[in-house]
Amino acid sequence: MAQVFAYIEHKDGVLSDTAAELFTAAQKIDAAASVTAILMGTGDAMNNVCAEAAKIFPRVWKFDHSSLAYPNAEVVRQILVKSLPSHAIFLLPHDPFSMDLAPGLSIKLDAAYMADAVAIDGLDGTILRLVRQEYSGMAHTHIQCDVSGGLVLTLRPGVFQPEQEPSASGQVEDKSGEVDDVSVKRRFLEVVAAEAGDVDITKADILVSVGRGIEDQENIDLARELANAMGAVVSCSRPIVDAKWLEKARQVGTSGKTVSPNVYMALGISGSFQHLGGLKGSPFIVAVNKNPKAPIFQVADVGIMEDILEFIPALTEKVKG
Amino acid sequence: MDILVCVKRVPDTAENEIGIKADGTDIERGDLVYSVNEWDNYAVEEAIQIRDKVGGSVTVITVGDEESEEILRREMAMGADNGILLSDEAFEGTDGKGIASILKAAVEKGNYDLILTGAQADDGAGQVGGMLAAMLDRPYASLVNYIELVDDKKIKIGREIEGGNQEMNEIDLPCVLSIQTGINEPRYVGIRGIRKVASLEIPTYASSDLGIATNTVGAGSAKVKRIDYFVPELGEGAEMLEGTLDEKINRLIEMLKAKGGLK
Repeated sequence: MAQVFAYIEHKDGVLSDTAAELFTAAQKIDAAASVTAILMGTGDAMNNVCAEAAKIFPRVWKFDHSSLAYPNAEVVRQILVKSLPSHAIFLLPHDPFSMDLAPGLSIKLDAAYMADAVAIDGLDGTILRLVRQEYSGMAHTHIQCDVSGGLVLTLRPGVFQPEQEPSASGQVEDKSGEVDDVSVKRRFLEVVAAEAGDVDITKADILVSVGRGIEDQENIDLARELANAMGAVVSCSRPIVDAKWLEKARQVGTSGKTVSPNVYMALGISGSFQHLGGLKGSPFIVAVNKNPKAPIFQVADVGIMEDILEFIPALTEKVKG
Repeated sequence: MDILVCVKRVPDTAENEIGIKADGTDIERGDLVYSVNEWDNYAVEEAIQIRDKVGGSVTVITVGDEESEEILRREMAMGADNGILLSDEAFEGTDGKGIASILKAAVEKGNYDLILTGAQADDGAGQVGGMLAAMLDRPYASLVNYIELVDDKKIKIGREIEGGNQEMNEIDLPCVLSIQTGINEPRYVGIRGIRKVASLEIPTYASSDLGIATNTVGAGSAKVKRIDYFVPELGEGAEMLEGTLDEKINRLIEMLKAKGGLK
């Protein structure tokens, strides 16, 4: 029977949606597994989030310490290395915090490491089979991990949706006494909020969104003209912001804005999961891309295989009438 | 400041359609265009800018076959001072942990204040930097999109976190950082620039030069193995519009009108 632990993120006294997803994933690894939620933080909110976690997990470990007021991967790692049993399977959501914590943790635990699983086939002896993606989602792979020495595994957020309402009445165990004052070589200072920008794409009904396929800064005007004709707002994917062709406030995705328009025109956007993570609600998605393998065609309602540099001006002209 | 930047030669996903071989053993590599991993370019640019500000050196390093030399040369054309190629048949099939252990051996032959990697590469795991830092017992930060030099003991960094927010930290040197795209604007490298560095010596180190036991790297020692590539059974996906450009646009306009996307 596998011993599975899940690192539960929480903010302002609220559990992350990934808490239930990690429990779902743990059961896919081994339905008989003993699964323990690990929550770290400090203050009154801890009791609340631990009680919430106990509705999902049969066992909850609470670590309450002033050094955990903001999650610092260096501090968290030291606690985990001390507290986790050997050969444990340790689950986290694949996100900016786990990117800090997970790879180094696997080294200190001398465990196998795998990132960003999108499906779990199950455990056979000490071999865990799972599925992940490579090449920006354009290729899928089956992976096998030897978990005999333990495993650190991050899971793609949003994929492992629980099939039933949580029904556990778990026990919360206070492990705060195991936290020592640790000296760290990296210290948290502050969170700087994203700049607001002069446009709010989260309020737009129709978004004309451009990606790498726009190829050149000058071509952004093509998108502006189409947006004007449609009464839409221009948004974009990450590479356009990296190239500084549009401002950060127009970026859709997990590292940008979460939007919920009625219509989303994805023009020259391949559709990475980070980009799709910023699309909520159920927009009517139109994807135009010259690459038939672009992942965006799997999630779009309508797909058109064309070069957007020809397509956009032609559409603009027709819309203008 | 002496800076080491770990880079990787990868298929350029912006230039290629990635296909899978019929037997699933690999992607189709016949017509692939290769380039430097996109994130690594930002890391090299950042290293060059730091060196130009405070002095020191920039060394680019990669684990790969002899074809990887071209990407080292490209980064040297950008302005890196030195290149190091870590190459050995025994390295083939090495997993992320193995790559980190090979890099660790090379790091210990030098004296670097700052080690940079790209935040992720073609496999999307984003693992080598964090593993290398843990092996070296140096502090680490991922997804770094801002670096400010404070003094010769520490630097101030920003990390990209959810929603476009930025998490600011102070981190002691020496340290390892993984660099996110957008931190700077990597300079353009022309054919002339690459010609200039064509004759520079790039030392190659094999496992014996690095003191690496060959049974600790390669496919045999990997705890994580790729079994195959496959095409998943997907849902229906998008309704693909067919016909001429004109026909597609007319059909789309009808649909947009029905969905309220056009008045």
